[in-house]
Amino acid sequence: MIPNDRKYTKEHEWLLIEGNVAKIGITDHAQDALGDIVFVELPAVGDEFAVGDSFAVVESVKAVSQIYTEAAGKVIEINEELDASPELLNSDPNGCFIAAIEFTNLNEDALLTADEYAEFLKSEE
Amino acid sequence: MDTLKKTPLYDTHVSLHGKMVDFGGWALPVQYTSIIDEHRAVRENVGLFDVSHMGEVMVEGKDAFSYIQGLVTNCIKSMTPGRVRYSPVCYDDGGTVDDILIYKLADEKYLLVINAGNTDKDYDWFCAHKFGDVKLENQSKDWAQLALQGPKFNDVLMAAGVEGELPTKNYTFANGTLVAGIPCLVSVTGYTGELGVELYCKAEDGARLHAKLMEAGKPFGLMPCGLGARDSLRFEAGMPLYGHELSKDISPLEAGLSFAVKLTKDSFIGKEALLKPIKRTRIGLKLLDKGILRDHYDVYVGDKLVGCTTSGMPVPTLDGSYAMALINIDDSDNENYTVEIRGRRLNAVKVDIPFYKRAK
Repeated sequence: MIPNDRKYTKEHEWLLIEGNVAKIGITDHAQDALGDIVFVELPAVGDEFAVGDSFAVVESVKAVSQIYTEAAGKVIEINEELDASPELLNSDPNGCFIAAIEFTNLNEDALLTADEYAEFLKSEE
Repeated sequence: MDTLKKTPLYDTHVSLHGKMVDFGGWALPVQYTSIIDEHRAVRENVGLFDVSHMGEVMVEGKDAFSYIQGLVTNCIKSMTPGRVRYSPVCYDDGGTVDDILIYKLADEKYLLVINAGNTDKDYDWFCAHKFGDVKLENQSKDWAQLALQGPKFNDVLMAAGVEGELPTKNYTFANGTLVAGIPCLVSVTGYTGELGVELYCKAEDGARLHAKLMEAGKPFGLMPCGLGARDSLRFEAGMPLYGHELSKDISPLEAGLSFAVKLTKDSFIGKEALLKPIKRTRIGLKLLDKGILRDHYDVYVGDKLVGCTTSGMPVPTLDGSYAMALINIDDSDNENYTVEIRGRRLNAVKVDIPFYKRAK
């Protein structure tokens, strides 16, 4: 459940990077910890974020969770499906991005490979 | 997690894959599969909760009646053995110590059931106000408590096997009834807004009772339910939760519990303060804009801050998002409010509490 095609953060987000665009979502571990996801507050296309900013909010029945970006830049696409069907983040976390950011700066130091993220999960148990 | 207190059912929760969390110092499952599914199971079929973390204090002696009568805001005078009564307990200033259930076991013997997180504080408060011939014993460790809630609760009890008296009337109980062969105090009470019972047994019998009920409940869709569903069910049913709708700074009258505050009763702790007009009141809110109401969000009328939400969460059996809020009494006649969520003011309208009523 930890695909090799992307990078991960210790906040349990994934970044699928192509050129200077990062699609960002949450990991399977994140959706499992949150439980039933019932609302996603999406950014707007054109919004700009710096490294470490919260760019979206995911709410489950029990908790409110900020989603942070390690890619600084402008939102060029959002996953509007999440407006009507936030539970997609539970059923298909890896296949379901929240927003795509065209970045001018990527905080590489904070990014983990799939193996490193798997190790990090083990250490958190 | 190792430093947390465990109920007698801890191993049961782990083997049922409960997602264990720290709940006021107790290791308890927030859910087993999904809060939404567990919530629905209670509304449509039946669910089983471990509530063994609740505190139990036995009160015995010739002065037990007058002692409790002076300690709680409700009146226990008309209680006969076998009856249960809900009551807040107040400080002198009208703030709330806790809200409790009082079980009358015999004329000079009562069991007080109190909120888990308040057990030590309550016991100290009870001891500090003791007089005459009254013996108090904190028996919290000796009891396991299971809540069997939902329209099919009785089917599960029948399938598990019941010997002895089975109470049917709301807020009554029978002691010494055998459920699945295990001696229980069976109480027609609950915290879900649904039909059901709460079963008190010896701590060492708790896991066995849970297993027997789960087995008996299979044909009826019985699901083990965690604290997440317990909270969403009580919220939907408009029931107060200590630490949210009630606290040392919120009186039971502000929380809308006047039915359990008998100001005509002779003196009781907090009476003087509770006789004064209240400054705030509890209302229900429904969000008109998209979003989810949670606790501790500021509530406005126009630009004026008029109060704060006390509980809010998505509820699977309702459309939209609801909250309970504590509002200045002078502003509580308004129908329209805004609620500030992460810096944005969203529109909400006043609605009746409870948000859900069981079909009769």
